[in-house]
Amino acid sequence: MTEMTYRQALHDTLRAEMLRDDAVVLLGEEIGIFEGSYKITAGMLTEFGDQRVIDTPIAEEGFTGAAVGMAMLGLRPVVEIMTLNFTLLAIDQIVNHGAKIFGMFGGQTSVPMVIRTPGGGGQQLAATHSQNLEVWYAHVPGLKVVAPSNPADAKALLTASIRDDDPVLFLENLSLYNTKGEVPDGEQVGEIGRAAIAREGSDITVISYSRATLIALEVARQFESEGVSVEVVDLRSLRPLDRETVCASVRKTTRAVVLEDDWLTYGVGAEIAATIQEGAFDRLDAPVRRVAAAEVPLPYAKPLENAALPTAQDLTKVVGEVLDATRFTR
Amino acid sequence: MASRTKGKADSGFAPPDLRAEPPATLRDYYRQMTLIRAFELRANEMYRRAKIGGYCHLNLGEEATVVGLMSALEKRDYLFTTYRDHGYALARGLAPGAVMAELFGKSTGVSKGLGGSMHLFDAKARMLGGYGIVGGQIPPATGAAKALTYRGDPGPDAEAVMCLLGDGTTNIGAFHESLNLAAIWHLPIVYVIVNNRLGMGTTVERASAEPELFKRGCSYRMPGERVDGDDPVAVREAARAALTRARTERQPSLLETMSYRLKGHSVVDPATYRSREESQRVRDLDPLPAFRSRLIEAGVLDDDDAKALEEEAEQQVAEAVDFADKSPDPQVKDLFNYAYATDVANASRRLPAEPVFPVADDSTGGAS
Ligand SMILES: Cc1ncc(C[n+]2csc(CCOP(=O)(O)OP(=O)(O)O)c2C)c(N)n1
Ligand SMILES: [Mg+2]
Repeated sequence: MTEMTYRQALHDTLRAEMLRDDAVVLLGEEIGIFEGSYKITAGMLTEFGDQRVIDTPIAEEGFTGAAVGMAMLGLRPVVEIMTLNFTLLAIDQIVNHGAKIFGMFGGQTSVPMVIRTPGGGGQQLAATHSQNLEVWYAHVPGLKVVAPSNPADAKALLTASIRDDDPVLFLENLSLYNTKGEVPDGEQVGEIGRAAIAREGSDITVISYSRATLIALEVARQFESEGVSVEVVDLRSLRPLDRETVCASVRKTTRAVVLEDDWLTYGVGAEIAATIQEGAFDRLDAPVRRVAAAEVPLPYAKPLENAALPTAQDLTKVVGEVLDATRFTR
Repeated sequence: MASRTKGKADSGFAPPDLRAEPPATLRDYYRQMTLIRAFELRANEMYRRAKIGGYCHLNLGEEATVVGLMSALEKRDYLFTTYRDHGYALARGLAPGAVMAELFGKSTGVSKGLGGSMHLFDAKARMLGGYGIVGGQIPPATGAAKALTYRGDPGPDAEAVMCLLGDGTTNIGAFHESLNLAAIWHLPIVYVIVNNRLGMGTTVERASAEPELFKRGCSYRMPGERVDGDDPVAVREAARAALTRARTERQPSLLETMSYRLKGHSVVDPATYRSREESQRVRDLDPLPAFRSRLIEAGVLDDDDAKALEEEAEQQVAEAVDFADKSPDPQVKDLFNYAYATDVANASRRLPAEPVFPVADDSTGGAS
């Protein structure tokens, strides 16, 4: 085990995979000479050269689509898109091409590519630079979407994503890059499609992913001091979605709250709530609640930004309400 | 002969001297053009008989372009094309039966019946797809060329990529992003604009501020050239030169072939936006009879030879239809087989009326 940041875990994993397999190449805007907007690719150009660390023009559709073609010919491109917001310029290549080519052509060629991109608000970047659009991709069969919340999962899931023969959208988060955690040494290959019990508990389940998992864990620790045992399910993979783990937890605790950074309507929480009503309805003691972003283009002004994004206080309040509604005595 | 003169007057191209070509080559071009013509006419008929579903776009009027381009492309090269892809598949050597079976949605189709008319694919023939999204093939084709530079060196035997697109497609962003990438990365690729003068019904002049489309390569310092798409030899020569530049110099090119779409945009389009005179003019410019009479004039074929080739094509297409007809449908039990290339935990295999959790057993969800 080594303690390191989420950023370091990503960097070290990319490097290890590039050393292991010369089919792995990186491409994106400013990833080489500039070393990446968030410095995940620091030092890579020097070590691997410009055939494998490819600075692209500002052309998301062009270079993401080029990665699709590179993957069709046997390379394993890892694309960095500066933020999730900008993937919208590449969505045709991701959804209509990357996600379709294996199935639509009868399995004749796979598209082993990874798109790494950070989502997330809270940095006063205003409406166009703060979105959580992961469900746009999680909706699409043919894609896999992972969203690790900690450095160890970042390592294991990035390794798995690079070795996977399907296109994987690997969701990062601006506010996770500097967070730290213990990371197992040596090769770690995670399993896409599996949630984790990030913390065991018996009274209520909080389901979340990516940055929100950290908030859920923080809130769970607070409740522990009040004698409430909160279980935290970290989805880790948004497609496929590990419905079994979610429902098994809720069947045990009988109460469920979803904490999500995206907007509520048609969001991740909507899918989780529907899953729980189908898989744990008879065990539920209260309706599933969702703590999600306010449905506005995110404002710049700090007080408004704070109000619009889900916080630990929001989650604490909602968990409390669900406990009270079910006459849980603390 | 008369139609050819009109064609030349219209296009202003000087036809290459056919006497410089081996007669067997010319004869084979005519054979292929005839096969494509017969195949497309039969596809049209099969669509009307509801054997073919969805959209169905034909290469009628573009046969000379198709054959010229595909004879320049070597086996080791890769092809990305549009949804107007039947002729290219045939000229690339895909079995007519397997192509027709794809149109019929049969499991013996080139894409196992999962793609249909717009999405013909054959990994072995390096035909890496027809694509139904306008311009969607251009970035992947560009990336394929990038992959070639990663694995191999330039030289006369190097591999290259040919990427086809329509005239209307030169207005989409992916076209411009891709040409720029190909130029700065020095990629072995030839982009070919198959200019049939129309998008669906919109003329080039109404859609493109620079209607001499090959000039659009200028922004990327990419050589551009326009050729007579009604002449397979002219098309082949231009394509071969561009492919050679791609192989030896890694210099991408933009080639524009000029032809006419004989019928509607797809089989269901009656093309009422064309005047009677325009439709007649297009029919007069039909490259097939024009090439046929040139070959007869040059002594390569006589009328009986031509008829024999036409009958052979009819026969091949009849067999293709028969094969497609007799082939089995894909099985519903195989619906999820190609959802993912790498198996993954918790992938859904649910049909519309099935529950999310297949087994409702008491220990998991039942009332207590
Ligand atoms: C992105 C996108 N927009 C619109 C369409 C609908 N569409 C299909 S073909 C076509 C015309 C394309 O014209 P052109 O590029 O000249 O090719 P042609 O059909 O003439 O071969 C249009 C608008 C589409 N398939 N994809
Ligand atoms: Mg056109």
